[in-house]
This record gives sequence, C-alpha cells and structure tokens, in this order.
Amino acid sequence: MTQPPKGARRAYGARTAPYAHPSPTTALERARSAPYFFLLPAAVLFLLFFALPIGYAVWLSFHKVEIKGLGLGKGAKSEVWAGLENYASALTDSEFLASSLRVLGYGAIVVPVMLGLALLFALLLDSQRVRGRSFARLAIFLPYAVPGVIAAVLWGFLYLPDVSPFHHLLEKAGLPQPDLMDGGPLYLAMSNIAVWGGTGFNMIVIYTALRALPAEVYEAAKLDGCSELQIALRIKIPMVVPSLVLTFFFSIIATLQVFNEPMTLKPLTNGIPSTWSPLMKVYNDAFTGGNIHAASATAVVLALATFALSFALLRISNRRTTQGASR
Amino acid sequence: MTGLASPTLRKAAPAAGSTPGVPQGPPRPRRTALLPTAALVLGALYCLLPVAWVVVAATKADDELFSTFTFLPGSGFADNLGDLTAYRDGIYWKWMGNSVLYAGLGALLSTAVSAFAGYGLAVYRFRGRELFFNVMLTGVLMPPVILAIPQYLLMAEADLTDSHVSVLLPLILSPYGVYLGRIYAEAAIPMELVEAGRVDGAGEWRIFSRIAVPLLAPGLVTIFLFQFVAIWNNFLLPFIMLGDDEKFPMTVGLFTLLKQGASQPALYTLVITGALLAVVPLIALFLVIQRFWSLDLLSGAVKS
Repeated sequence: MTQPPKGARRAYGARTAPYAHPSPTTALERARSAPYFFLLPAAVLFLLFFALPIGYAVWLSFHKVEIKGLGLGKGAKSEVWAGLENYASALTDSEFLASSLRVLGYGAIVVPVMLGLALLFALLLDSQRVRGRSFARLAIFLPYAVPGVIAAVLWGFLYLPDVSPFHHLLEKAGLPQPDLMDGGPLYLAMSNIAVWGGTGFNMIVIYTALRALPAEVYEAAKLDGCSELQIALRIKIPMVVPSLVLTFFFSIIATLQVFNEPMTLKPLTNGIPSTWSPLMKVYNDAFTGGNIHAASATAVVLALATFALSFALLRISNRRTTQGASR
Repeated sequence: MTGLASPTLRKAAPAAGSTPGVPQGPPRPRRTALLPTAALVLGALYCLLPVAWVVVAATKADDELFSTFTFLPGSGFADNLGDLTAYRDGIYWKWMGNSVLYAGLGALLSTAVSAFAGYGLAVYRFRGRELFFNVMLTGVLMPPVILAIPQYLLMAEADLTDSHVSVLLPLILSPYGVYLGRIYAEAAIPMELVEAGRVDGAGEWRIFSRIAVPLLAPGLVTIFLFQFVAIWNNFLLPFIMLGDDEKFPMTVGLFTLLKQGASQPALYTLVITGALLAVVPLIALFLVIQRFWSLDLLSGAVKS
C-alpha cells in the first residue's frame, strides 16, 4: 500500500474529473494504489487455485515416472521428461475416444432440446395471454436448486423398472418395457437429467433479455396486426440472439464436463462404464489407475478442446453480430 | 436495478391505457391462450415431477418402495426419518451441517472477494485492468477436473487434503462472481458519488464500505446465492479431496450411501429420505427470497 505500483500513474483519472480537493497529491496516491488493494484477494486466490494448479497439470502432462532397477527403495522412482508421449497415448486411447464420442452424442441431444425448451418457455412467460406464469417460472427454475447428484438420484430411481411410473404404465398397456439405463435409451435418460436441471437457468437468462426489450417495439407490430406468434418469431427471437449465444456457450462447456450425473447413476446399473464421460476417464486414470501423468495430459487436451470450441463460437457469433449491424 | 418490480408491472403500463390519440380498432379481449398455457403448465409439471416423487417416496417403507405404485404414499415417513437420523450416529446431519458450512462460509467469502474485485475493476482505471479481467474470465472455461487433480496434489504437498479447508479454499474465487460484481458495480455506482466522497475527504476504503456496498446490496445478494448454490451442489472437489466421511458434504455423503445401496437395498429408503431433506432447504430459500429479490439478476440483468 505504501508505494504506488508502476504504470498506475498514466491510467488513473482517465474517467474522472480533476480534483477540487485541497491536497490532491495524497488522495491521488491513495487512489492509485487502491485498485490493486481491491484486486489483491482475487489475484492471490487466482494464482494459488487456478494458475498454479494449471501450471502443475501442464508440467505433469509432460513427465512420467521412471523406475530404476526393481523399483524398490527411495530414489528408485523418479519423474523424467516425457515429451509428447502422454499426449500421444491420450489421443489414441480407445476409452478416451469412446467417452468423447458418447459425450458428443449426449450433447447433440441435450443442447438443442434444453435451449429449445428454454426459449419456448421464456417466450411463453413473456406473453400476456398465458396464465399461471409466475407459478411456472418458479417451478421450471426449481431444478436449478437441486444438486446434480440429487437430480441423478431422483431420476435414477424413476428409471428403475420396479419404481418407475413409466414402466408401470407400459406394463398396464402391455407394451415392452425398455431398460432405460443401458444402450441407446441411456443417452435419453442421461440427457433428460441435464435438460431437467438446466432448462430453468437458461430460461431465466433468455427471459431477462426479452424483458429488457422496449415495449414500443411490439406496439407498432401489434398495430400493424401481427399475431403474438409472428411477433415472437420475427421480432423477439432475433433480438435475443446474443443471450442465445451465451446460453449455447455455457451449455456446451457444461456438456463437455459432465461428471456428477453419470457417476451417480453408475451404482444403479451395469450399463455405465467407469469411463463413460471424458471427465470420468480422467478421474479414473488419476485416482483409480494412479497414473496422474496420463490423466493430466487427458485433462489438458480437454481444456484445449474447450478453449478451441469457445473461441470458434465467439468468433462466429461476433461475425454474425457485426454483419447484422452493418446491414 | 430492475427486476425488483414484478414482471407484469412493466408490460401492464403500455397495455392498460389503450394508446390515446390512436383510432381504436375493435376491442381485443385478453383471452387466455389455451395451447401456450397448456405448454407452460406441462413444462412446470415436468420440472415438479421428480420433486413430487421424492416427497411421496420418502413416506414409503422399505418393502413399499419397490412394490406399490410410484405416486402412492406409504406409511413409513417417521420411521425413515428416524432410521436416517440413527444411521451411523446421525452422520447424515453432520453432512448437512458440513454442506451449510462449506456453502455458507464459502459463499460469504466469495461474495466479499467478488465485490472487492468487481468494484476495483468498475471504479478505477489502471494498467492491466482488462488483462486481469480477461484472465479471470478464462477461469470460467476451465474444466473443474483439470483444476481438481493438481489442486489435490498441491493440497497433499501442503498436508491439507482431507480437511475442511481443502474444500473451502479453492471455491472462494468465482470468475463468474467477479464478472457479476463488475457488471453490478458499473451499473449501480455513479462515478459522481465516488468523486463527491473523495472531495469530502473520505478514503477509498470508506467510499467503498459506506457508499458502494449499500448500492451494491441486491447484486451482492445475487452473488451470494449463486455461489451458495454452486458450492452446495459441488461434488467433484469434495469427492476428490476428502476421505473421512465425517467431513463429507451432503452430495458426497448421499453418493456413498447410494453406492452402498447396491449391495444393501435397505439403504435406498435412507437415500431417498436424505435426498428430500437435502432439497428442501434450497427450495425454501428460493421461495422466501424471491419475494424481495429477482431471478433476473442471476443472469446479470442491470438495465431497466
């Protein structure tokens, strides 16, 4: 706090008026160091719990354990440089590829269904002629407050043939009862949990954007005789594209990182391998297999894939918005 | 801040007075749109289904769970509650207490850190401001597991694994919290007020605590709730860090119980009763708080 950090001099005051204070220098000195004081806790925590672990993970991913002789005694095991070896084996690992494919299939169901429902419900909440809106808003948002593990427990039991109302109804109707926690239906069962848990939050994001639109926009359209449906399709949806991009973005990231739900459903079925999702694979390698170096390489690959996808999405959405503006 | 008003207020204004000066068309009655209402109600029921089920299922005794119809209430709620409380000397309530501790204390500290950083980013111009903000935001993209494994190893180096601290510390900094903090601070704190405070001779800290914090209050409540839910729902970090089940939060505790249920199905009723009790506090919290706080704030809504 005593010495103002270098470089703060020029930047401070860009936004504020000159001082009318009798002793501006001391106030200025204090104001120069103040931002660093306010940012200090966040910066320290970031270094300790984000930067350091990431750096360590990258370091681990380039190393391996070498065992000398019989591997007995101290110093027999040492960490040596492995180059890209861990990455090569991560990218060719059949379990990792299978888990990535599973998650892509899962995401292809979850993201469109969840965002489609979120958009639909947001539009319905924004319509004057729909009843029960405040009840529905709360009910649909409710799953946000339910932890993923517990959501998986609830749905997991509802998927068990002896408990499930679906199986009960199918049995009454004399129809075959599918095993919801194996093979193809498992994707639907797993997706359903994510859709149930995530629709409410996304709905709120889109609904917030809808409410921020000025009401005059629709008044003109209404006077011109547009129906509510036309207003929704032609005016409302195009105007909330930015928040749709945002929700899309977060949904994809969350999908790539799915862990809690398959992990929780696993004890209820034999249909979920312990490497169902990429994150489960990483966990399994690190803590069950004990190979933290391979696990770190896989984790870094996952992080890079997330970044690549995020930046691609951002670029596409930026290009679209600038195009829209120039038109 | 918007949002504190109910959603109907804003829309009601232009709709109520039928625009003066404009020739009136045939009066359009505001009829209920049946199909859209049905769709919305269906969505609401879908979301309530598992919650309704867990309420019913928690009343079922062991043998009723797998034999009676899904939504037929059973007779064993008191027994289930008693069994759950008795299970391993009330370890369930210890998990509940741990969850409250992790989520409550964690969210409180997280809100403070986010408020500091958000205020610092919103009110001051200094070199590295945007860099700091962008670096912080990339944290949102980090898969938790890429952090969790090295965090575990580093905690092990510091001899801190399997402690309350190991679960609490890594969750204090929330990049999304910092982002919200900045947005709220930019919208809620007029620079003139900060300037006026300085002219009156108030120190930077005093300006923050006396002027900014009250203005930021609705935003801070939002950050607190967001972090509370995030930590309450967290599974991966405590799952990796903790070995001693006396320190487990609710999520990890119920998971281990469910896992044991695979060989002892009698535990399933405990899992279900436990799940109900774990869901109730957060739902109650949201029901109470939504009277004076708006969900919209959660997505960073600040403009009116």
